[in-house]
Amino acid sequence: MGGPATDMRQKLLEIRGLEVEFQTRRGIARAVNCIDLTLYAGERFGLVGESGSGKTTMILALLRMIREPGRISGGQVLLDGVDLLKLSDEEMRKTRLAGLAMVPQGAMNSLNPVMRVGDQIRLSMSEHGQRRPAEAGRIEELLQMVGLRPQVAELYPHELSGGMKQRACIAIAISLRPRLILADEPTSALDVVVQRHIMQTLRSLGESMDATVLLVGHDMGLMAQFTQRMGIMYGGKLVEVGTVEEIFSSPKHPYTQLLIASIPSFKSRGEFKGIPGVALSLLNPPTGCLFHPRCPQALDECASVDPSLKELDGHHTACLLYGREGTHAATPA
Amino acid sequence: MPPPLLEARHLRKVFSSGGEPFGAGSETVATEDFSISISAESPSFTTVAGESGSGKTTIARLLLGLMAPTSGQVLFRGSDVQGMRPTERRAYRREVQAIFQDPFEVYNPFYKVDHILTTPIRKFGLARSKGEMGEMVAKALEAVGLRPDETLGRYPHQLSGGQRQRITVARALLLQPKLIIADEPVSMVDASLRATILETLHRLYREFAISFIYITHDLTTAYQVTDNIVILYRGAVVEAGDVERVIDKPMHPYTQELVEAIPTPVPGRGWLAENEEVEMGGAGGGGVESRGCAYAPRCAHAADRCRAQTPPLYRTDAGGAAACYLYGENAVVGAREFAALLVTDGRGEC
Repeated sequence: MGGPATDMRQKLLEIRGLEVEFQTRRGIARAVNCIDLTLYAGERFGLVGESGSGKTTMILALLRMIREPGRISGGQVLLDGVDLLKLSDEEMRKTRLAGLAMVPQGAMNSLNPVMRVGDQIRLSMSEHGQRRPAEAGRIEELLQMVGLRPQVAELYPHELSGGMKQRACIAIAISLRPRLILADEPTSALDVVVQRHIMQTLRSLGESMDATVLLVGHDMGLMAQFTQRMGIMYGGKLVEVGTVEEIFSSPKHPYTQLLIASIPSFKSRGEFKGIPGVALSLLNPPTGCLFHPRCPQALDECASVDPSLKELDGHHTACLLYGREGTHAATPA
Repeated sequence: MPPPLLEARHLRKVFSSGGEPFGAGSETVATEDFSISISAESPSFTTVAGESGSGKTTIARLLLGLMAPTSGQVLFRGSDVQGMRPTERRAYRREVQAIFQDPFEVYNPFYKVDHILTTPIRKFGLARSKGEMGEMVAKALEAVGLRPDETLGRYPHQLSGGQRQRITVARALLLQPKLIIADEPVSMVDASLRATILETLHRLYREFAISFIYITHDLTTAYQVTDNIVILYRGAVVEAGDVERVIDKPMHPYTQELVEAIPTPVPGRGWLAENEEVEMGGAGGGGVESRGCAYAPRCAHAADRCRAQTPPLYRTDAGGAAACYLYGENAVVGAREFAALLVTDGRGEC
């Protein structure tokens, strides 16, 4: 259902076969494993998964900010048709903030404590490709766009509350009008009331600039309220992609089903549903489907066949329960 | 009637900072007039909920005797925990246990996880032999859903956050406590594991008749596990009562805003729709306003009276109380009645 409608929209980001590996003493850990994903202009997309599922690594890979011992070992990241992985370091630096920008998780640690907020915004803009100094009033305008008083430009970070710091970080992120805003759990350290106001601000900014917002996190409630489409990650792979309504009302992949069922709600008391088993080790991943050792619906062939993301009416699921075309046999480790 | 297991009477904690030679200095009231009573006879599961800066952790530290109140008292079986006799202190340290937020920080990375489990046994002389100690450890691990052979002999970094947090629960359990104070025990573990850990706590409450004070910012998990809830705002209790009543039908304007702001996992609720930009003032730290209701500056119902004088707790209905003049026609709830509000309905009795 969501398929034809979204296809009409302009593609903004195309991720093709993206892989990120970490070289460790005990072997290679593939933290991002052959990800294919398309984001459209102006949409709000949510990426969820438990810790260690590779969601933050993927965001960093899009920004080409993976550090040693990690490296991007394959794939393409096309932003408006330009492959970011082929740009020179200098070109990439100019693309950050101007093409795609990140709103960090810990706003409290992301600002320079000895520099006024206004100066930090100005510096970020000049560092990332703005040749002329920011025109008069632009800093104040940015602060107002994120719901801060213009006078905040003259303050130091310690004079701001957590929510105000996060707003200042958003002001930096939107300063060069990026097409894509990457938000990595931007409100995980904030109160729910402040969280709601910040997410409202992010939404209206995205709409007014026609920017795509990619929200990463594991708060399913926040995802349900903020996003339009979602992707579920497990062990560095995307296991399901669909509209937020489809993911919550008819999840297809068994992992997504368990994830949805484990969300506590105000409907039931004294009921606890966790996901059985332990998170996988990327150094020693199981053969076949990565989720099969924990999957209550696993088939015999799940241990040997690695399902690839398969489209069902615009909804994508990587699970053998929905057929095996396009899947490939796992190479024995 | 024997005294309560643990009782807090009119706790107030003020943190001072600055002062000479750094200028005038400032005072922050972290906790204002907090009272609670945990029965020694019937177990209860109570949540103390609030946002950051509301004074939750200060309350946990006061109840655990890790910090002395500025005024007020914490009583363990009737005696003040500040200045207890050594034998009483030993009983207090054994019967009241803590689970902390961060399952990484509580471990010494150089010791195997066995160390954190055997230390309390040795300190309190609970086992007569090594074999008995091993059995106790194994039993405690099994009670929290861990397999001893997969857990013991490992270092903390070899276990997941969820496993580590369950070991801290096992450690608390070893001492056969009467009360466990859990300060944000699941905020640092994954959503899929939260359910497992909360289920463990709930089972200990039901099967071992251990009382819990669950300190959290997360009303959704509070709703899942507790009988009673206390909502804090800037150090003071704004609402308390039966958890279903407080969450399903909040009475205090702050609780209403809080419950409304929770992003629920049901798409299309219009959570993002209202875009009333709030003018953000100066840094919003903790601390109570010197006069009047701390919530008044944000409250849609605020009247002159709210700014002039802090409202006491008024009874809202049979199951709850709220510190708000909207209920000013009802009876004022004193400390004793407040404690009675938080007495469980007996669901936890075995």
